[in-house]
Amino acid sequence: MATISVRTRDGGLHSFDGRIGASLMENIRNAGFDELLAMCGGCLSCATCHVYVEQLPTSASLPVPSIDETELLEGSDYRQERSRLSCQIPFDETLSGIVIGIAPED
Amino acid sequence: MRPDNLTRSFDCVIVGGGHGGSQTAAALRQSGFSGSIALIGAEPDLPYDRPSLSKDYLAGTKTFERMHLRPQDFWGTREVELLLGRHVSAVDPTARIVVTDGGEYFSYGQMVWAAGGDPRKLSCSGSDLAGIFYIRSKADCDALIDVLPNARRIVIIGGGYVGLEAAAVFRKIGKEVTLVEALDRVLARVAGEPISRFYENEHRARGVDLRLNSNVASLEGVNGRVSRVVLEAGEAIAADIVVVGIGIIPSVGPLIAAGAKGANGVDVDEFCRTSVPDIYCIGDCARLENGPGIRIESVQNATDQATTAAKAICGEFKAYDATPWFWSNQYDLKMQTVGLNYGFDSVVTRGDPASRRFSVIYLKNGAVLALDCINSPRDYVQGRKLVDSAARIDPAALADTSRQLNEIDFVTS
Ligand SMILES: Cc1cc2nc3c(=O)[nH]c(=O)nc-3n(C[C@H](O)[C@H](O)[C@H](O)COP(=O)(O)OP(=O)(O)OC[C@H]3O[C@@H](n4cnc5c(N)ncnc54)[C@H](O)[C@@H]3O)c2cc1C
Ligand code: FES
Repeated sequence: MATISVRTRDGGLHSFDGRIGASLMENIRNAGFDELLAMCGGCLSCATCHVYVEQLPTSASLPVPSIDETELLEGSDYRQERSRLSCQIPFDETLSGIVIGIAPED
Repeated sequence: MRPDNLTRSFDCVIVGGGHGGSQTAAALRQSGFSGSIALIGAEPDLPYDRPSLSKDYLAGTKTFERMHLRPQDFWGTREVELLLGRHVSAVDPTARIVVTDGGEYFSYGQMVWAAGGDPRKLSCSGSDLAGIFYIRSKADCDALIDVLPNARRIVIIGGGYVGLEAAAVFRKIGKEVTLVEALDRVLARVAGEPISRFYENEHRARGVDLRLNSNVASLEGVNGRVSRVVLEAGEAIAADIVVVGIGIIPSVGPLIAAGAKGANGVDVDEFCRTSVPDIYCIGDCARLENGPGIRIESVQNATDQATTAAKAICGEFKAYDATPWFWSNQYDLKMQTVGLNYGFDSVVTRGDPASRRFSVIYLKNGAVLALDCINSPRDYVQGRKLVDSAARIDPAALADTSRQLNEIDFVTS
């Protein structure tokens, strides 16, 4: 089992089993978090899947953001150091235990 | 057991299970709506991401399951009753009832019409032959995918986004593609000339036989299947299949028949209310009365209008004022648009199209209206601020790529 924990905008923390191979965005969406709009369906066009990676399991690493991802994130008023677009992160076993916060809506 | 055709009552009935309809249901619950909700959709599938149809799904690189906007149990936990595979054919605003093709009656307290549109069909002779495809629904796309392995020569009619995206997919899988466009440039309805010329070059460079200024006179077939597309100029182009992307006709018949004001789309006010009490209309089939006088066909518009309508139903009247945005993927080209360019009177090209990374900025009376950004997400995000403030900027500064768009001084209009 590989778990994902999501902090919603009201501060609540919710954990669930993630699906390996799907993106973090798809996992969060499929778990029923409607705060994450993900309007472009994951094709790196909209930045409405913005999250903060609050905790990364030790020894896990995330793919380096592409230039496009970085540039899209630059447009958010809520960008932080740990900002990522969740559609750009494939979920696998090594990420089990990851804690993700949903960023405020721009 | 209760027979299906007895009237059932819902506090809110949403007609159309696409981007707008599903977001309305989700937004109603997010806004605290506690009444009963029905989402009536003509398609049999769970609400799904439509833009992928002409992109990853057609290319076979995305499964349908990954395109669901929400999973099945989402609707259960939100207590949204999904009534799929049902087409609403009539609305009685006095009795507050919608009627389906199957003869079911559903009464509503509030109604949101989010029925999108049907593809505009060819009308020339031969348009009823087999082998002619449209791309609007999963069913349309599946029918096309079924025949693709046996099709070598594909003629696409229409040089809008859907036709161009399909052309890109077909070239990627090695098909011979001819694209026929009646006007003198592709994307003429939505983009400025530099964008049209850029995409024409890209498609031609990848082997698409692009025919501008070409009207289709008729389609000809063998044994009831299309085999040739005949142009008005006389030429006939051989085709194993024909794919048509010439826009949509908004699905508003029952609503107009029920007395809603509108013609090519239903007219709505800033809260997405129609002229009929307690009936809202959103998405591709809604025309904002106080907007640019057009319907906007985009996921952003459908989603944001859904939220506006849902909030209004919950008593929170917040006028629709979202900045429009849109995207299109073709080959390795990502186009992102922000703003609406309607009525622009000048255009600035920022960067060199030959570098395949540039933006086109649309101005009206010196103020920034919109940007089309090719492989330039930074211009897209920074340009949004210029659009939001209708920035007045020196065009030479806009064109100067040694400065970022957020480094240029401007005056707000
Ligand atoms: C191939 C393709 C590619 C696209 N690419 C992009 C893109 O890259 N970016 C972008 O922003 N937009 C894109 N769009 C446009 C975008 O998909 C639409 O703007 C958006 O789906 C509109 O949402 P909607 O809810 O108004 O309509 P839809 O999503 O079309 O939903 C309407 C639903 O209502 C149903 N319906 C219709 N009539 C009835 C009835 N009488 N009773 C019951 N149900 C009914 C329909 O079957 C449909 O399921 C694309 C569209 C297509 C077709
Ligand atoms: S879903 Fe649009 S960028 Fe991630």
